[in-house]
Amino acid sequence: MTKVEAIIQVSKLDAVKDALQEIGVEGMTVFEARGHGRQKGHTEVYRGREYTVDLIPKVKLEVVLADDMVEKAVDAIVTAARTGKIGDGKIFYTRIDEAIRIRNGERGDGAL
Amino acid sequence: MGKFFTVFLLLAMVCALFSAVLAQTPGASSSANSTDSQSARIAKLEQAAAEAKSSGDNAWMLTCSALVLMMTGPGLALFYGGLVRKKNVLATMMQSFAMIGIVTLLWALVEFSLAFGSGGSFIGGLHNILLHGVGSQPDPDYAATIPMQTFMVYQLMFAIITPALITGAFAERMKFSAMSVFMVLWSLLVYAPMAHMVWGKNGLLNAALGGRFPTLDFAGGTVVHVTSGVSALVCALYMGHRLGYPKQAMPPHSVVLSFIGACLLWVGWFGFNAGSALSAGSLATSAFVATHFGAAAAAAGWATAEWIRNGKPSALGAISGAVAGLVAITPAAGFVSPMSAIIIGLLAGAFCYFMVVKVKMIFGYDDSLDAFGVHGAGGTLGALLTGIFASSAVNPILKDSQGNTLASGLLEGNAHQLVNQLIGIMIAWVLAAVGTLVILKIVDTVIGLRVSEDHEMQGLDLSQHGEEGYYWESPA
Repeated sequence: MTKVEAIIQVSKLDAVKDALQEIGVEGMTVFEARGHGRQKGHTEVYRGREYTVDLIPKVKLEVVLADDMVEKAVDAIVTAARTGKIGDGKIFYTRIDEAIRIRNGERGDGAL
Repeated sequence: MGKFFTVFLLLAMVCALFSAVLAQTPGASSSANSTDSQSARIAKLEQAAAEAKSSGDNAWMLTCSALVLMMTGPGLALFYGGLVRKKNVLATMMQSFAMIGIVTLLWALVEFSLAFGSGGSFIGGLHNILLHGVGSQPDPDYAATIPMQTFMVYQLMFAIITPALITGAFAERMKFSAMSVFMVLWSLLVYAPMAHMVWGKNGLLNAALGGRFPTLDFAGGTVVHVTSGVSALVCALYMGHRLGYPKQAMPPHSVVLSFIGACLLWVGWFGFNAGSALSAGSLATSAFVATHFGAAAAAAGWATAEWIRNGKPSALGAISGAVAGLVAITPAAGFVSPMSAIIIGLLAGAFCYFMVVKVKMIFGYDDSLDAFGVHGAGGTLGALLTGIFASSAVNPILKDSQGNTLASGLLEGNAHQLVNQLIGIMIAWVLAAVGTLVILKIVDTVIGLRVSEDHEMQGLDLSQHGEEGYYWESPA
């Protein structure tokens, strides 16, 4: 099993969600996040005082997948979330040792 | 058959009405004391007319009283509440709201008497303490057509918002206890004398009731805005800056709240300025129109200045400009034409922008929410411009001993009025600065003004009031 974490533009969440549902991904967890990579942020001015905002609002999406689904899912996310500009986000994945469905104690790929 | 009967019944009723009216109309020669009865009828008519006017004026003034209360809560509370960091939102709103409670009690006890009771040139007497003698009878010196009680409650709303304006200067760092005591003393030692001098009987600066230096201040440019603004500056200087200012970023936590607050202030200000006519006649209209034009022009003035300097006009800039314009037009409304109001507004918008953005940075004081930059600066400018633009055609307030109308402002040739305005402004500045400094010293010694560093970092919502403005993790 593999956990795919994607940090994407807030405005791309719906497109990514639809793309994942289309290839058969059944569950996901979404977080509101703030952060920055190479994107520099922006400045705001309140009554003449300038503030630099470098932690930009983003969405972080987590899905745990059976290994044969991972590449398909990554492709779907990249296609749906890409605008081609700095700030489109990043995808990370990590191995997952076990998954357990709380309702009935089912384990492994079946619990996903 | 039924139809015929109905018509007959109607005809009979009309005839009966006619005969009744005829019977009540006295014949011109039917009575020997006809002149007596005529003058009695005229007196009755006059009384009915006076009662109708009084009822109209009273309805307007009660409405205005409610509008001015709305300026403090929620208007100012939201305006200031949105400008602070979110850990201080309730404490900031509470500082405005507390004035409604504290000043109302103080007003009933003694403050109204000190401000508007008969007395000397500087302060009123104690004849009206506990609202003694303040009832349904009008006081013709102040407002001949509304009950004294209406006048009293209307003026109370001004006494509430004035100290609330100061709280913008020491936002996010003053103890609630110290603030409460400070405001009680400030109301008695600064507001009451200033209100008496400008509006009270025998007041030193009263233009309508024969003061020594008649200062034109229609709705409180000096009494409300110069006093609160200058006191705000003294508070900011005395208390020092917030922890981390100016290095740490302290942007407003919700310009949306401030936006709603500013718009409520604008609407409430019609009660503040137009209500200061103390009647529902054409003078109220004139003040209403000037108020609106001044505010709109100042919003445009501030936003334009910002647009030129930053490349973008901000929402916060536009609403700050509107408030600055409302401040500057406060002494002038009721004395100036709509066109003069637009000029006053434009000047105030640009001037207050300069004070807030440039002057504050140069001197480095932490007037956190710009109470001085907007109210002190805007009020002073407005009081001066009133001496220039006041028109006797709009309001013939200055009269000679024969009762002939005299020129009002500089543009009408009365250069001396500018001197009187300066005297009024100077007195307001000195009274506010000295009074505030003395009160701060006393409260600092007895209670201590500032919260501890820990409490300041924690935020005043928790440390002063034991609650939070935004409690997201509420149990399901």
